[in-house]
Amino acid sequence: MYSILSREKLAPGIHLFRVEAPEIAKRAQPGQFIIIRTDEKGERVPLTIADWDEKEGSVTIVFMEVGTTTKKLACLNAGDSIADFVGPLGLPTEIEQFGTVVCVGGGTGTACIFPIARALKAQGNKIISILGARTEELLFWEDRLRSVSHELIVTTDDGSYARKGVVTEPLNELLQETKVDRVIAIGPTVMMKFCCVTTRPFGVKTIVSLNPIMVDGTGMCGCCRVSVGGETKFACVDGPDFDGHEVDWDLLVKRQRAYLDQEQESLKLWETRMARVMADD
Amino acid sequence: MTEKKKIDLNRVPIPKQEPWARKRNFNEVALGYTEEQAIQEASRCIQCPKPNCVKGCPVNVDIPEFIKAIRDQDMPEAVRILKSKNSLPGICGRVCPQETQCELTCSLAKKGAPVAIGRLERYVADWERAHPEITERQKEHTKLNGKKVAVVGSGPAGLTCAAELAKLGYRVNILEALHVAGGVLMYGIPEFRLPKDIVQGEVDYVKSLGVDIKLDQVIGKIATVDELLGNGYDAVFLAPGAGAPMFLNIPGENLTGIYSANEFLTRTNLMKAYLFPQYDTPIKVGQRVAVFGGGNVAMDASRCALRLGAEEVYIIYRRSEVEMPARAEERENAKEEEIIFKLLSNPKSFIGDEQGKVKAVELYQMELGEPDESGRRRPIPKPGTEFVFDVDTAIVALGTRPNPIIPSTTKGLELTRWGTIKTDESTGRTSKERVWCGGDMATGAATVISAMGAAKQAAADIDAYFRGEQVT
Repeated sequence: MYSILSREKLAPGIHLFRVEAPEIAKRAQPGQFIIIRTDEKGERVPLTIADWDEKEGSVTIVFMEVGTTTKKLACLNAGDSIADFVGPLGLPTEIEQFGTVVCVGGGTGTACIFPIARALKAQGNKIISILGARTEELLFWEDRLRSVSHELIVTTDDGSYARKGVVTEPLNELLQETKVDRVIAIGPTVMMKFCCVTTRPFGVKTIVSLNPIMVDGTGMCGCCRVSVGGETKFACVDGPDFDGHEVDWDLLVKRQRAYLDQEQESLKLWETRMARVMADD
Repeated sequence: MTEKKKIDLNRVPIPKQEPWARKRNFNEVALGYTEEQAIQEASRCIQCPKPNCVKGCPVNVDIPEFIKAIRDQDMPEAVRILKSKNSLPGICGRVCPQETQCELTCSLAKKGAPVAIGRLERYVADWERAHPEITERQKEHTKLNGKKVAVVGSGPAGLTCAAELAKLGYRVNILEALHVAGGVLMYGIPEFRLPKDIVQGEVDYVKSLGVDIKLDQVIGKIATVDELLGNGYDAVFLAPGAGAPMFLNIPGENLTGIYSANEFLTRTNLMKAYLFPQYDTPIKVGQRVAVFGGGNVAMDASRCALRLGAEEVYIIYRRSEVEMPARAEERENAKEEEIIFKLLSNPKSFIGDEQGKVKAVELYQMELGEPDESGRRRPIPKPGTEFVFDVDTAIVALGTRPNPIIPSTTKGLELTRWGTIKTDESTGRTSKERVWCGGDMATGAATVISAMGAAKQAAADIDAYFRGEQVT
């Protein structure tokens, strides 16, 4: 069992947990993920590591309430525990001196891009970050991301805060104005795909962190297979980072949707149960 | 001339769930002998003075001895004899291929059916489970010798090595990557063939010997083998299993509805998807299911698919039934449940619908040529025989490759050209000092009992190594 040290609401439906996992905190590197299982009947679900504190022995995860597992997680409080917390899994993000790196974060991807930007900055890169959200209240970690960036651009789809628009617009401008050596984009699949579409004409290497469905997360089942450069790869052991220009995005999206019906069914059952619990209270 | 008691050349049949009933539930198929049946079967053993059955057993169980104890109705003695050589008898009694091991060399096999050694082993193990007070009494507490060993993986090899070393006085920690102990016994072999409470019962026995099992530990990620050796472990036994599933490398293979057998079985057995939505992990099984491969894993996957609600399940295999690596018993069980064997057929590509879901497979026919290096007749494609076969779920059961996590993070570990860890066959030693290996990671995919045999030898060698060290 892994104890939750603290929790924080970052935005509506988006939460941060600091989980006691000293061994993982010792080893974690930017871009790696953990597999969680909330309880005996829970699913194994991958979540990217947002931060870690070796001294405190904690690992930080950020998640959005979407399905049964994340809804279950959101019901937990500091002092509660998670049945399983496995990691650090996957290969770390390549951290080298590239020159100018644009880090694009969207949704919970913002939390994943943060330790990468921090490590790249420490390595002597110039970091330009782009942070995108649908609307102002869904934005989080603007300050944290700013603290590890030389420049930060914020966009909201509805213009409720900062620049109105989507992340690909400032990305496109940057590519036209500056010499960019590498782009790292982490966020919803469609955002990563369109970042790659944007960077392709400029020939700038674009790294994405793929989030297919996984089971064990250690290379054992092949559920997370993705097609990269025409080859089948396992995102859990060969990734999750890949060259975005080589990724078969349509396949990824289709595989992510493979269990939509069951996910709905499971969620409905959970919500019915919760409603009953609330009524009993 | 004295009249000798006539030996019954037929074995006592084992009661089973009827095929029509069992194909829709996950309960165990074979129900096990009653006391009466066990004694009757045990009485068939002629107690050879030089028993060949023992030589056929990879862990050298004193077979005639434990069978004699059953016949004499001294069950605690039967348990003692069996467990002195085999820490996992409830598992072995169910999943060992006895017909190619102990039962193959049984003297009765020359004239009739060999003694049903596996069924008797299972009977003893199940008897012990029902009488826990006996084991409690038999437990000996070994004096610790001050050496500490890390066992990586809690499958058959890991559990066996850990139990052997604990009995010899070593402090043993098992480091398991998944959230339960048991490895393939939990994620791979289905409930109806090997109930999970039997596995957990035997895991508990290993723990009762003083072995500590730490879950959620992916070695190579949370700690490397070198770190284990540097942080208080005197030796490491690697038994992480064979890991990565192989695919067919044909077009359309990543369509949804196509599973590796590992994924299909892991969802079903480990994650209990057959109890969805009470358990959160889903699985999708259509009406027509095709399973590719001819081994025990293909049989397990096909029988799970049936129990998950499929109408028709096909095993598609490129050779004929004679060449199938699956046990005869498992093939029989599958056929009784009306799994359809589609032999001498091979897939060319998968065809999907607009949602990216598999809807058919293109197959072509094969014929058998001359025997290949495996001794089996080589399958040769018959040109122009392609045809489209509708399926809505496909399961690829073609075997596994070694998982790269440990080899890629351990310095000085020599590998074979198949990516397995180079291991001395009789001692389990690797090219790295103080590191031993056993099970599928050493040999490639094999049986539960061969992994256990290798683990036992490695445990003996680890002990010899440290005793040697103390002498010099």
